[in-house]
Amino acid sequence: MQEHISLFVKAVFIENLALAFFLGMCTFLAVSKNVKTAMGLGLAVIVIQGITVPANNVIFQHLLKPGALAWTGAAQLADVDLTFLGLISYIGVIAAMVQILEMALDRYFPPLYNTLGIFLPLITVNCAILGGSLFMVQRDYDFVQSVEYGFGSGFGWALAIVLLAGIREKLKYSDVPNGLRGLGITFITVGLMAMAFMSFSGIKL
Amino acid sequence: MAKTTARDVLFDPVFKNNPIALQVLGICSALAVTTKMETAFVMCVAVILVTGFSSASVSLTHRVAGIPGSIRIIVQMTIIASLVIVVDQLLKAFAFTISQQLSVFVGLIITNCIVMGRAEGFAMKNPPGFSFLDGVGNGLGYSLMLIVVAFFRELLGSGSLFGHKVASLSSEVVGSTADASGVVQQVMGWYVPNGLMLLPPSAFFIIGLSIWALRTWRPEQVEKE
Repeated sequence: MQEHISLFVKAVFIENLALAFFLGMCTFLAVSKNVKTAMGLGLAVIVIQGITVPANNVIFQHLLKPGALAWTGAAQLADVDLTFLGLISYIGVIAAMVQILEMALDRYFPPLYNTLGIFLPLITVNCAILGGSLFMVQRDYDFVQSVEYGFGSGFGWALAIVLLAGIREKLKYSDVPNGLRGLGITFITVGLMAMAFMSFSGIKL
Repeated sequence: MAKTTARDVLFDPVFKNNPIALQVLGICSALAVTTKMETAFVMCVAVILVTGFSSASVSLTHRVAGIPGSIRIIVQMTIIASLVIVVDQLLKAFAFTISQQLSVFVGLIITNCIVMGRAEGFAMKNPPGFSFLDGVGNGLGYSLMLIVVAFFRELLGSGSLFGHKVASLSSEVVGSTADASGVVQQVMGWYVPNGLMLLPPSAFFIIGLSIWALRTWRPEQVEKE
């Protein structure tokens, strides 16, 4: 139990996708102007990340990994290595999952669909989602670990964007030098936040 | 803004309409690779190739096949993902150590917003030749930013450029002297490397500051209140 909790905590704080690996930066900077929308996007990322990372884990473990096709029983498939198809299948899974989730939410949970609305399609091209799957493959997580990592990393990203949105809402009222206004000061704010999050990296789990 | 000549299409994105500084595209995957000039440079070449060819092919398929709007995202994704797989395999074959250092970030070129953004924003409406130039130009604008960041991070963080020593570090012995009484003393390098530069936050500071510099130079890029 201990190591499962520590994997989750590690994914949220120490290996925060946004602030330690710079993933999902485009949407991170573009959609963090107010807390409410940031919250919606963060929620969508948690859900999608929690579904796609385990889904890609199943695909990697049972279809793509060298020797993964052994379960088919056919001798010539026993040691086929399909890892080069990885990227195209992960992005396919992500795009499909986003589409399915969008339809399912629209049909069964209209209020949630209206909250997440425009953010769902955006998530397909969010690097944090693909990055999560790629890290999962690189670190060779098993299925249970991938579920924890998926939710943990999604939660970490959501936490970071909500925090940044909170800062930016206040920042609107401050007097920033002309050239630095908008994007420039946001970068520097994110830099300071990343420094704060670095203090977590001293924690040994 | 009427993009007419090939030269404009190629060089506008470098300073005037820089994808990172102005369009807020493609910051995602790249900043983690800028601790060293070498990895940044390889990443730039990969991104220039992918943006150039993906814009050209998206424009070509759009012209020739007339892809309906509802499935265009999937088609673009497939084109981009295939190109990235080619680049990834090439890197693994010819520059294995660098591809290990870049780790997942080569794969993340797929979701690099520059590639998607240019395919959607420019290549859909323009002929393949211009789209190719636009892709390469945006790749160059991105590279410029990446190289600037990597230059400062490697120079200040490890006192070297492209892996060659520029400053002698305070942690290594550069020579020895003997004083009058014959006691030999080691001489250490003069430069104390700034460890922060090798850590993630410094990339944000450098980009923030370069945006400031760029906008002071070209005030028309300053954001309205």
